[in-house]
Amino acid sequence: MSAPFVRELTFFRLKRSVILGIKSLWMHKLRSFLTALGIVFGVASVISMLAIGEGASYEAQQQIKELGSQNIILESVKPTNTTTAGEQERSLILEYGLTYRDITQIQATVPGVSVTVPGRRIKDFLWGGANSVDGVALGTVSWFPSMKNRDLVRGRFFKEMEMKDRSPVCVLTESLARQLYPLKDPVGQTVRMQTSYFRVVGVIEDDPAVAASSEDMKGSSESGEGMEMMIPISTLEDHFGEVLFKYRSGSFEAEKVELHEVTARIEDPDQVMPAALAIQHILERNHSEVDYKMTVPLDLLRRAERTKQIFNIVLGSIAAISLLVGGIGIMNIMLATVTERTREIGIRRALGAKKKDIVFQFLIETVILSGAGGILGVALGLGVPIMVTYFAGMVTIIQFWAPTIAFGISVTIGVLFGIYPAFRAADMNPVEALRHE
Amino acid sequence: MLDSGPIEQAKSNVDRSADPVIELRAVEKHYMMGDFLVKALKGIDLKILPGDYISILGPSGCGKSTMLNILGCLDQPTVGEYLLDGLDVAQLTDDDLSAVRGNKLGFIFQSYNLIQQLSVVENIEVPLYYQGVHEDESREIAIELANKVGLGKRLDHKPTELSGGQQQRVAIARALSNDPSVILADEATGNLDSKSGGDILQIFDDLNAEGKTLIMITHDEGMAKRTPRVIRLKDGEIGYDTYIHG
Ligand SMILES: Nc1ncnc2c1ncn2[C@@H]1O[C@H](COP(=O)(O)OP(=O)(O)O)[C@@H](O)[C@H]1O
Ligand SMILES: [Mg+2]
Repeated sequence: MSAPFVRELTFFRLKRSVILGIKSLWMHKLRSFLTALGIVFGVASVISMLAIGEGASYEAQQQIKELGSQNIILESVKPTNTTTAGEQERSLILEYGLTYRDITQIQATVPGVSVTVPGRRIKDFLWGGANSVDGVALGTVSWFPSMKNRDLVRGRFFKEMEMKDRSPVCVLTESLARQLYPLKDPVGQTVRMQTSYFRVVGVIEDDPAVAASSEDMKGSSESGEGMEMMIPISTLEDHFGEVLFKYRSGSFEAEKVELHEVTARIEDPDQVMPAALAIQHILERNHSEVDYKMTVPLDLLRRAERTKQIFNIVLGSIAAISLLVGGIGIMNIMLATVTERTREIGIRRALGAKKKDIVFQFLIETVILSGAGGILGVALGLGVPIMVTYFAGMVTIIQFWAPTIAFGISVTIGVLFGIYPAFRAADMNPVEALRHE
Repeated sequence: MLDSGPIEQAKSNVDRSADPVIELRAVEKHYMMGDFLVKALKGIDLKILPGDYISILGPSGCGKSTMLNILGCLDQPTVGEYLLDGLDVAQLTDDDLSAVRGNKLGFIFQSYNLIQQLSVVENIEVPLYYQGVHEDESREIAIELANKVGLGKRLDHKPTELSGGQQQRVAIARALSNDPSVILADEATGNLDSKSGGDILQIFDDLNAEGKTLIMITHDEGMAKRTPRVIRLKDGEIGYDTYIHG
């Protein structure tokens, strides 16, 4: 009334209005709860979907990054063309894939290509100690670990000298080491493939992509995936020759592949995409059919980012719709409440309430409703990703802004959808409101 | 004005030479009922002086509530002027009218009209809240008024836990909370038994004795005899307006 009150007025009024709002909502506990539920689920789904989406794309990006964002990976692929397959049946040797010629041309013509890792694979049984496993001998170069971002767990990788000397040394992947020498330190032991023996000098961590995919199915170590023995590529040529014979399902198969895998590293990250194009041109010129596959991790990364953006847009629309539905639910209930409390509005108007007091009262109620829904929604939205991580083992990432924004939107929705019912309440004629039964 | 015989208990202490607190000049109120124009009030001229204690009588539908709503600034006349404390009400904005209702006027209704989700003391505080009276002061006033109407022990009861007479006493306390100069009661005892009704009227007598201007609509001729001034409405017009005593 008097001047000193005026400054306290807003806080005092707000406090009173909030208490009053809670009292009014408490009169219809179940109804208020059910109304807020729309917002609860809206907010919770936004937060948890964002967290799951973010986690999935993070995982994908990690896997791609493990491949090396400056790398371009080339692999030989057995062609599926039937006419050539017929020809080659006669010649009995299937010849395909990347060649040393490709590599020399790439190194000579593509600017900024610093290193290449040629690799050749031989699939057969690997013997070590008393154990054997269906595995792969991978011929490669001594700088393989640094280019592939793979750490050594034990011992060392083979050296450039050993490449030149064509030494019979090998490095095992962790899972292969576990299979062959489960109890012993494998370093210093020997591993046999066909008739050749190799001395183990080190153990390298598993390929992260393989490790991730085989985690779900524990039995997959039997299938030979990830069971790699790395030896100098020169040693591989010496011991296994150029043509690989295999006895498969009742008939001999002969394959001649010069190089199974090549990795080109581009020093300047901005040059990765142009270099990939240049390499593609060289390969198209050298190969009459597509017997190779090119993977550009950087390109995959960009695609993954784009996919994530699209995902976020879709998610945003779903979230917007669900919050909109929640808001409409609130508006619906508030309109019913206003009708139901017409008489109360008349009484308040008769006792000195201004229109804006009535607007404020009903707006506060919707804000309490949507705010409480928002808080519950945030709690649920933070809980669901934790459960998903716990039970499904998926990575989920909650960004700090997600709950903040979701909560902010829910309150905004409350205000937006509360405005119309509140003004309808305030615009009622006091006399008619008082007569309302 | 006419005097129609002395009645002992009704005694006016009004200064007849004072400026009127309420003045109606040729007030009419029209309603549209479909295609028909209904004239609920047909040219009312009325002066109410500070300290007046008035019964308004008349058959149902004669326009009593319509007139009281206009006096209470809840409704506006279709034709004519209404001066409250010399101020033309037609000139006021909606917010001004709310302020006038909140400060100068106190309402008491037939059906009590308490707010169900609020306790006794909170109901009494509602007008104070809209005038921005601070919490502590408002609580103090409300408790004092609750004591005055004999409900000091029921401050935290909800309206549904009270009898009709008790509810109406809460409504009276609420009407008094902003210390209004004029109290308007529309059939305040209409829903009560004669004992509770009598209690209410006793409170009205006391309030008038304290100097409040009181205008009440009633159906009961007996009750009307308690008030010094009686106005009879007939078909939207004042048929009779007199000070019984004084
Ligand atoms: N909002 C309205 N719309 C139409 N007619 C009305 C309205 N309010 C009152 N009336 C009419 O005006 C007349 C007076 O009503 P009212 O003042 O309530 O009478 P009472 O003397 O019983 O209190 C009645 O005929 C009633 O039907
Ligand atoms: Mg009436």
